[in-house]
Amino acid sequence: MSGVDTAIIEPPAPAPMPSSLRAFWRSFAENRGAVVGVCVMGVLILVAILADIVAPLSPIEQFREHFLTPPMWQSGGIGEFPLGTDDVGRDMLSRLLYGARLSILIGLVVVVLALTTGTVLGLTAAFAGGVADIAIMRFVDILLVFPSLLLAIVIVAILGPGLFNAMIAVSIVTLPGYTRLVRASALSELAKDYVTATRCAGAGTLRLMFDTVLPNCLAPLIVQASLGFSTAILDAAALGFLGLGAQPPTPEWGTMLAGALQYYQRAWWVLTFPGISILLTVLAFNLFGDGLRDALDPKLKR
Amino acid sequence: MIRFILRRVTLIVPTFIAITFLSFLLIRLVPGDPIEVRAGEHGIDPARLAELRHEYGLDQPLWRQFVTYEGQIARGDLGVSVVTHASVWDEFTTLFPATVELSVCALLFAVIVGVPLGVIAAVKRGSALDYGLMGISVTGASMPIFWWGLIMILIFSVALGWTPVSGRMSDMFFVEPWSGFMLIDAWFSDDQGAVRSAFSHLILPTIVLGTIPLATIARMTRSSMLEVLSEDYIRTARAKGLTSGRVVVIHALRNALIPVVTVLGLQVGSLLGGAILTETIFAWPGVGRWLIESIQRRDYPVLQGGTLLIATLVILINLGVDVTYGFLNPRIRR
Repeated sequence: MSGVDTAIIEPPAPAPMPSSLRAFWRSFAENRGAVVGVCVMGVLILVAILADIVAPLSPIEQFREHFLTPPMWQSGGIGEFPLGTDDVGRDMLSRLLYGARLSILIGLVVVVLALTTGTVLGLTAAFAGGVADIAIMRFVDILLVFPSLLLAIVIVAILGPGLFNAMIAVSIVTLPGYTRLVRASALSELAKDYVTATRCAGAGTLRLMFDTVLPNCLAPLIVQASLGFSTAILDAAALGFLGLGAQPPTPEWGTMLAGALQYYQRAWWVLTFPGISILLTVLAFNLFGDGLRDALDPKLKR
Repeated sequence: MIRFILRRVTLIVPTFIAITFLSFLLIRLVPGDPIEVRAGEHGIDPARLAELRHEYGLDQPLWRQFVTYEGQIARGDLGVSVVTHASVWDEFTTLFPATVELSVCALLFAVIVGVPLGVIAAVKRGSALDYGLMGISVTGASMPIFWWGLIMILIFSVALGWTPVSGRMSDMFFVEPWSGFMLIDAWFSDDQGAVRSAFSHLILPTIVLGTIPLATIARMTRSSMLEVLSEDYIRTARAKGLTSGRVVVIHALRNALIPVVTVLGLQVGSLLGGAILTETIFAWPGVGRWLIESIQRRDYPVLQGGTLLIATLVILINLGVDVTYGFLNPRIRR
């Protein structure tokens, strides 16, 4: 990571060069919350990858003689279902572990979709200028006029409910942030001498865009992407909760909460655990993103 | 100043037209022909279908349909609900005060609690209290509020029985709905019980909807305060021998709140988004729940009109924030 000036609104300040990964880690690790966030993220990603191995049971198999079994430490609970079962006798723990896989997948797909589209749009706006710039930025402004959850809901209403459509909807909703960020950083880079020099050396526009300018816009983008992960997980869970995201019996955490609505007053565990899972995951990515911002943004450095 | 306002107003015209275009497209993109949806499950014979399509202008080219639609909007005609056959505009204006009441209360709650927390964290920077408050605040900002609402119901309504589970008012009371704001209407009805009922129905949704703005405000106030506290004029004020409470509240906070207020105005959109979830959980009869129900009932004219109205509202509020900010800060009028 080279020293990148992440000032967007203000004119570029001479940034100190965080010379190596080591220097980056040192300033990152100063933020204890960020380190905790990384650890939780690590566990989540491991669980997501190893869900088939760590989950004791199938996430969708229904054990007909164990409806709403409480967690094992409560009276009536049994060791076979450590966190209890839901209304059709599915093991909560296994569903939660597979849910981690879905959430990480959702975050990944949404961020990759929004990041690539937003980068292309933002770079195009910055490089083309004129009508293309105005058209792209107006389009982005219009997306921002809708409350993001409402826009996502409308998009899902058009595409039809489902996990994949929910991911597309959330990507579209988060697109404006990336586009604006890339355009603003690219514009401030375009004014610099090294870009002129590369242009004089005969580099084509595409090369200038992706090879010369983009790497120098990465720092704020990485921060935005890591925070975008948590937005994606939260919004997709909200859509699932409203019945517009993943459909039952998919063990998506938001969808699990929607399913628990009928009987959560009798069985606290079907409500508590999926919610805590969402909260912890979103929190971990937010802490990580905050830490990244502090470490990558020299202006905020102590 | 007038030129500044005029320019801002002209800037929103193309945005508004684009939004009407999107909402126009919405009803054509959703699965199902509007006439077939209206015909219901019983089906319809082809001749009658063609006749209806002609009647509703659906056989016209798309651009002409759009012009017609713009004309309808200009006359305030947003169509009728497929389910209730009431005008979308009337339904919206009936339900909207409930959403405003909830949102205003949530925002007030967020400011009243969030600003002092941010100030305390900034003044005690680096202390355990600061870390604790900021830890709570980042947790609040990460909160899935649809779950948070259910947990609150489970604790305060089901286990403790302190607050009602849903709605705006207990069935035992009736108040004349002249302002649409239950708290105000109950206040003027001179019925103590009604006021208490309205208040107890409002308290949990307010906390739930206010949680994320509260966290945002606390964090922003803290960072803004930290910046202001390192200014020269604060040192001067301290050097004059003013008490530190006076320096913090009179000198620092007033300046620190400017960016907080600006961001607050621009948060209205996310507040309305949160209202969708909060209203759904608490069966709060506002526009958020209305929109969600419209999707479940495939009542697309409601979804179309409601979305258009909310987007228009956000544009107008952003415009208001812009203009207010132009008044306060002449530098941005350029």
